[in-house]
Amino acid sequence: MRKNWIVVPALMILLLLLPALSVAQSDDEILTPVDDSLSTVTEPQPVAEEQLVEPDPGLDVPGAVTVMDKENDAGDLLLVSFEQPLYTDGIFAYNIYRRVAGEETWNLVEVIPADEPPEFIDGYDPEFPISPGVLYEYRIASATVDEEEFFGSVFEAEVVSVGEIYHTGKTRVLIAGGLFIFLIFYYFGKAQRGAKMYLRPIAGIEAIDEAIGRATEMGKPVLYVPGLSTISDVATIASLTILGRVAKKIAQYQTPLMVPNRDPIVYTIADEVVKQAYMEAGRPDAYDPDSVFFLTTSQFAFVAGVNGIMMREKPATNFYLGMFWAESLLLAETGSLSGAIQIAGTDAVTQLPFFITTCDYTLIGEELYAASAYLGREPKQIGAVKGQDSCKAIIMSFITLALLLAIIDLVAGTHTLDWVRQVITMPIVD
Amino acid sequence: MIVMVGGILMMVQYFIPHQYSQAVFNSYTEWAPIVGAFALILGVGSLTRVHSHKIRRKAKNWQYSWAVLLPLFGMPVFALLLPQSLAGGMEEPSIFHFLFMHIQVPIQSTMFSLLAFYIASAAFRAFRAKSALATVLLLAAVIVMLGQVPIGEVFGRWLPETGLWILRYPNLAAKRAIMLGVGFGILATNLKIIFGVERNWLGGAGK
Repeated sequence: MRKNWIVVPALMILLLLLPALSVAQSDDEILTPVDDSLSTVTEPQPVAEEQLVEPDPGLDVPGAVTVMDKENDAGDLLLVSFEQPLYTDGIFAYNIYRRVAGEETWNLVEVIPADEPPEFIDGYDPEFPISPGVLYEYRIASATVDEEEFFGSVFEAEVVSVGEIYHTGKTRVLIAGGLFIFLIFYYFGKAQRGAKMYLRPIAGIEAIDEAIGRATEMGKPVLYVPGLSTISDVATIASLTILGRVAKKIAQYQTPLMVPNRDPIVYTIADEVVKQAYMEAGRPDAYDPDSVFFLTTSQFAFVAGVNGIMMREKPATNFYLGMFWAESLLLAETGSLSGAIQIAGTDAVTQLPFFITTCDYTLIGEELYAASAYLGREPKQIGAVKGQDSCKAIIMSFITLALLLAIIDLVAGTHTLDWVRQVITMPIVD
Repeated sequence: MIVMVGGILMMVQYFIPHQYSQAVFNSYTEWAPIVGAFALILGVGSLTRVHSHKIRRKAKNWQYSWAVLLPLFGMPVFALLLPQSLAGGMEEPSIFHFLFMHIQVPIQSTMFSLLAFYIASAAFRAFRAKSALATVLLLAAVIVMLGQVPIGEVFGRWLPETGLWILRYPNLAAKRAIMLGVGFGILATNLKIIFGVERNWLGGAGK
């Protein structure tokens, strides 16, 4: 009897669980059977079969390819994007192939890793450039780590690449450039009409006469280094214009001049500038063809050569005007040790401290470009300097405005500065 | 006229991305090195003329001119006519390579390494506290220099942070001001050259 009373609650629990078990069996057959014998009886449904099988990555290929013409280019770039496959497991990268429509040969133009966005700009590879007006076809392959490729369909580009006549991304540059050119021309005209314009004195430029006079009194040469850059550098051109003025004064004083050059093109122009200056000074006979000479294109060999000249010839005055790099201090310090009066000028911001430390006078940045106007005192040249100053005044007023807006934003919690920045900031253009 | 046409052409070209515009620009950039290569012949001619004159006239320190002329013409001989190695065969390194690596490179390295001593000498001169402004410069230099090295943190975090602040704000503001002026200077100089206001760089110092 004691054994039988356990059957009663057991039956009751079984009765309670029976509806729940029957619902589970009818709704879903994916429950794993506890008993092996039960599993042999239950046949798997087709839906469950699909979910259990892993997709084969090799069979998944990218979908449609979209090709668009890139704006503001020379007609040599296309924007290519494609639909990624549904299953990306096992895909290491997508290999993009391109060919001219109708031709046989496919060229691999890009490999995009599987985890990167499915788009790229075609045409940067110099081996396979895009030609303007040519129709291309694309096909993309899913590639495995073992470099096995599974190709998708061939897609013909909807567009051909076309070069634009105007770069819309440079409109703000055009407006700003146009404004600055207008201002410089305005002051050109004003100066030509005889308007008096004040130029603040620059000690370095005023000392040029004194420095040449010193060399004349001492009977020693003047050394002029027109920088180490090429003629395409505007600082070199500015230096050559100053050389013309300096050489003319030197010719009048009959002082020896030495102009070592690093760039052969700069050498030929410097030679012509000095020759012409002697002619204009009325001393063509005093011109020495060996006064302007080429040394070497090697940076430190040039320094060694010029330093050697300083220590042997002991010039009374050294000019370093133009573009300089690491050699600036090597030159200026040696010149300082040789006892010469030194006038330097460069637009290389990193070299300015070295020149300021070791030279008697230094033309800082834009003063190098203004020096020719200061020396010549021609109305148009002075007008150009005033034009520069007015351009700087505009920029300074913008900076002041931005400062005020930043303070207002800070106090009032507004975002006016961001708005102004969006309007006037130049975009990065390629 | 040539400069004006060329200058305006290049200015307009900047705003035209079309392939014809690019072709003009590319042809210019291809021509420039070719002209440079021919100008090098003039440069070597100048160097030879100056030093041969010195030797002929027995000018002061004329012996050094041999030190210029012999390698100037000797190295091309080893590079082009005698490309053999030191052992006599054609295997590397050649005599040219040997001379370059064992004379030219060490001399250049020596010149560059001198810069460290020159910087120390210039810094000593610049950082003498002769006036109130020079004292400010000295203090700023000490803070920035100590802030850049690990030992600076011994004095506290404020030192590298102050050094970084000096570099990021006052220093950068001054640099930007100079660069802004340089930008406008370049623009004005280019316009003066393009429109013939400035002709000195082609020879002729004006009246």
